[in-house]
Amino acid sequence: MSILGGGIFKGMAVTLRNFIGSYFHKERLITNDYEWRSEGELPQSIGDYPKEEGEQLRDTTTVNHYSRNFPMLLHDTGEPMDTIRCVACQICERECPPQCIYIEKSTEKKENADGKPQFYPAKFDIDVSVCMSCQICVEVCPFDAIVMNSQFELSTPNRFGGLLVRRDDLLKSNDYYHKIHPQEAAARDQKMVADKAAKEAKKKAAAEKSKAAAEARAAAAEAEAKEDTE
Amino acid sequence: MSKLSHESLLKEFPEAQWDEAAGAVILPVANARTIAEWLLASGWDYCSNVTGVDYLEAEVKEKITNDAGETETVTRTEAGRIDVVYHLYSMANKTGPLVLKQRTGREGATAESLTPVWRSCDLQEREVYDLFGVNFNGHPDQRRILMWDEFEGHPMRKDYTEPFDYEWEPTPHAEILEKHQRGKVIV
Amino acid sequence: MITAAPNYELLQQEGLETSLLEISMGPHHPSTHGVFRMDVKLDGETVVELRPVFGYLHRNHEKLAENMTYLSSMPFTDRLDYFNSMTNNWAYALAAEKLIEVEVPERAEYLRVIMAELTRLVNHVTLVGFFINDLGALGTPLMYAFREREKILDLFEQASGARMMCNYFRFGGLRNDVPEGWLGRARELVDRFPAFLDEYEQLLCENEIILSRTQGVGNLSRELAVNAGITGPMLRASGVNYDLRKVDAYGIYDRFKFRVPYTDGDTGDCYDRFMIRMLEMRESVEILKQALADIPEGDIIGKVSKVFKPKPAETYGRIEGPKGELGFYLIADGTTKPYRYRVRPPSLINLTVLRDMCLGGKIADAVIILGSIDIVLGEVDR
Repeated sequence: MSILGGGIFKGMAVTLRNFIGSYFHKERLITNDYEWRSEGELPQSIGDYPKEEGEQLRDTTTVNHYSRNFPMLLHDTGEPMDTIRCVACQICERECPPQCIYIEKSTEKKENADGKPQFYPAKFDIDVSVCMSCQICVEVCPFDAIVMNSQFELSTPNRFGGLLVRRDDLLKSNDYYHKIHPQEAAARDQKMVADKAAKEAKKKAAAEKSKAAAEARAAAAEAEAKEDTE
Repeated sequence: MSKLSHESLLKEFPEAQWDEAAGAVILPVANARTIAEWLLASGWDYCSNVTGVDYLEAEVKEKITNDAGETETVTRTEAGRIDVVYHLYSMANKTGPLVLKQRTGREGATAESLTPVWRSCDLQEREVYDLFGVNFNGHPDQRRILMWDEFEGHPMRKDYTEPFDYEWEPTPHAEILEKHQRGKVIV
Repeated sequence: MITAAPNYELLQQEGLETSLLEISMGPHHPSTHGVFRMDVKLDGETVVELRPVFGYLHRNHEKLAENMTYLSSMPFTDRLDYFNSMTNNWAYALAAEKLIEVEVPERAEYLRVIMAELTRLVNHVTLVGFFINDLGALGTPLMYAFREREKILDLFEQASGARMMCNYFRFGGLRNDVPEGWLGRARELVDRFPAFLDEYEQLLCENEIILSRTQGVGNLSRELAVNAGITGPMLRASGVNYDLRKVDAYGIYDRFKFRVPYTDGDTGDCYDRFMIRMLEMRESVEILKQALADIPEGDIIGKVSKVFKPKPAETYGRIEGPKGELGFYLIADGTTKPYRYRVRPPSLINLTVLRDMCLGGKIADAVIILGSIDIVLGEVDR
């Protein structure tokens, strides 16, 4: 524009357009961002959030499917310590980048949900102030025992002990996991079933192979014995 | 043979060696600046990365055939050294990388600064001085860059031990750290 | 813009005793983009000497990575240049993939390009917002920019679980596939972005205040830029056509048609750098449109174990990050941990010429020049 200040006026026209438009079109409003997500995904009131027995009232659900904040230990349906999936293999403790997991293995085995005697963690502590929600522990766990929770209200007035979340507070059920991360939980369950089936099939194939080898050996021994007698 | 290759460099300066395993040219420290100026004139106009690598004294087992024709394993100690590695590219011809290394010992480490040739080595050589302790001859402004000026020691060296931390307070995390340092947790 | 040296004798004869004012534009400063300090000597308002001091955010990321497996230091690469966590991850994944033989599936390559270009949009729009903020436009362009950035961060959270520290890339592909509906939302965002850019340009690019304060300020000649190792939009603003997406063509960038904006001429000033970033945003939208249209179905990660032992070798992998060339130099020694892990930080190397550009100008220009270099202290100090 040829008049002095023309550029500034153009810019002011944009600002004016945004200011007036923000009363009519929500997307021009700078700070109110939530409206951009579809209505069905937002919890409408506190009563809609899923609650686990004994948890804080203001747990929040996740609006995004993979949203993560702090780990949690999974157990299958039943008593937490009887159906715990973690076998204290300590792989997550090794791989954790800021080294915030502290595990002590139990000294004797106990039956887990499948009926197999396994070790279990006598102590499993994660330090809230150190954990950086990187999710590496979830990735390296071979037993799908630790996954990410999206609960972020973990503050406590106790500076030293309060920031260490202990095993019993970390244990949450698989049903809760389905409630907060439905897609991820369903995919994980599917993968566990598929892995189990593959393992069974491999075991069966190996058993059949060894049976066939044993039969072949028995037949060969019989043939030899027959030859000897002839 | 194009001008922009390590073969032409080795032909021009026979005292430089070619390290096959690393894919790098080892420059003699005394001649490094002259070689660098030649490289700049040939078209390597962009020095992308300058860094240091610390090697402690190590025992290396090698299988060699001795005079009798048998293979035997020989152990020799390789002296500790610090490498200063340069990655050169050519923006004009869009080729890359030529890797140069200056080798120096760990005690009294000195290398020739290539800052007068490529200005991008300026801050990076200061970082190598700060973190590894390599003295660069001819660097216009050699002082610590990432640590504070009165700091003692060179953190990136493999044998660096942290000084006593009188401000340390016990936290729940301390046990985990101690377990890792005691070596109980093997990654 | 180097003026003649001040004549102190003349000033003293007239009865004015002047001396140089030393200011430390210290680490706590709203305009220095992080904990960055400049020791400035001023003669009136003219900068006579300038010395940048950094290291306040030094976390010794390089030494930490020598004690952890390759996978475990991936979350730390997010925190290098904390605005662009996706491209940092890609640079590290690229360097490590050179050490191990792994085939990255097609869908993963397309998603990598999509994430990287979204990151470039985030970075440029944030930078332009902060740059104009440094000029004194107290927040309006910045908030408009952040409005768009929030939409892209929502997309990142839906894909990877975290807004900024995504930790999304893995060696051989990505961590997980994007949820259903994500591609539709991304297409919607990409379709609406050019309208936002038009509005943004109308707001800023003819503004007389911006023109008079950024044109002619912070001149950087082409020879100095190349010799000082400057890369990224700052280099292209000085007239060099060097973009790693075209030169190295890493990933599948050779399949996309896009232009690389650079100034014709021998010098670049702050206005050039600002405009180059606006133009690059448009080119990123082009790439996104093509990638979102062509993305195939398929696997998301190749066959590679989580904890691997590469054979002893050394490699240097580099990408065109939004700020410049981000490179990783890895030396593997046959164990699960790297022997040497080095980050080539574009922000640090771009700071080499800060003093050259600021000397002789005014102190207010020093702030603008620093803003146009686009530094992030997480990367400068690592």
